[in-house]
Amino acid sequence: MKKCILGKKIGMTQIFNEDGLSIPVTVIEAGPCTVVQKKTIENDGYESIKVGYADVPEKRLNKPEKGIFSKVKVSPKKYLREFRLVDAGKYEVGQEIKVGDVFEAGDKVDISGVSKGKGFQGTIKRFGQSGGKETHGSMYHRRVGSMSANTNPARVFKGKKLPGHMGVDNVTVQNLDVVRVDAERNLILVKGAVPGPKGGLLVIKDTVKGGK
Amino acid sequence: MDIIKALEQEQLKTNLPSLEIGSYVKVHVKVKEGNRERLQVFEGTIIGKKGEGLKETFTVRRISYGVGVERIFPVHSPKIDHIEVVRKGKVRRAKLYYLRERVGKASKVKEKLDVK
Repeated sequence: MKKCILGKKIGMTQIFNEDGLSIPVTVIEAGPCTVVQKKTIENDGYESIKVGYADVPEKRLNKPEKGIFSKVKVSPKKYLREFRLVDAGKYEVGQEIKVGDVFEAGDKVDISGVSKGKGFQGTIKRFGQSGGKETHGSMYHRRVGSMSANTNPARVFKGKKLPGHMGVDNVTVQNLDVVRVDAERNLILVKGAVPGPKGGLLVIKDTVKGGK
Repeated sequence: MDIIKALEQEQLKTNLPSLEIGSYVKVHVKVKEGNRERLQVFEGTIIGKKGEGLKETFTVRRISYGVGVERIFPVHSPKIDHIEVVRKGKVRRAKLYYLRERVGKASKVKEKLDVK
């Protein structure tokens, strides 16, 4: 991993590119993030940075959390995430990571977030299974299909797709195009949809896909 | 939400003529041929509008060599150089889809003359 930043989903809109095509984009308010801790090989056995995002009043934190920030003299943050960057040694504690310095238009990114909660759902919505016939006396509309074979194995295998809770999962969308980066307003516009509700936390990283 | 509004505001065109349903318009579209860019005119009647703000589109219908042709343009598309309103139409609905079933003179929209 070479680049990372934390952000907040603002919503979707469309913009026209230079060819005049309208592109569906998700607007993300990314950063500025602050490096709160730096892990080193001597100390921790591996290299990484821990970054904080979104200022929060100090009274919102408990004592151990306050300690994290007061020790390094960084204003309290709502979210903390750790990234194992290749060039983690380059960063200093207290350094600000801004979206304009990290990403630029034309980059490919992976974006992770927590998907919207869908509640208790059947297998058609949850796993995309096909339903039964609606008519011709089928009486088997959206039910679960066969559980398994009968005498052998004489049980239902673990992981059988059944109705249950859907959503509120960690979801990553890979290989999204960065359409525009607005350094002034700390915005990053990516083509396509990203997981989670508006205002939800997003982790933006350079993509694991692709050649380079 | 305000950020999105601001982003859309930046892309809105300000010098648009009022596009009314039933108007006969000439839409000058930028067409790229290799490295050259030229303007192509698509003229016809506006038979509908859809959406609002940046997402607004309008449909232009014309009869070309006896075949009905409809094109949908995003109002604020940078591909549209400019729009000429030739004449306004006298219509009573927001969508003129009934024109699709009409042929010849019946498919004409009457001109709306400004009332003093």
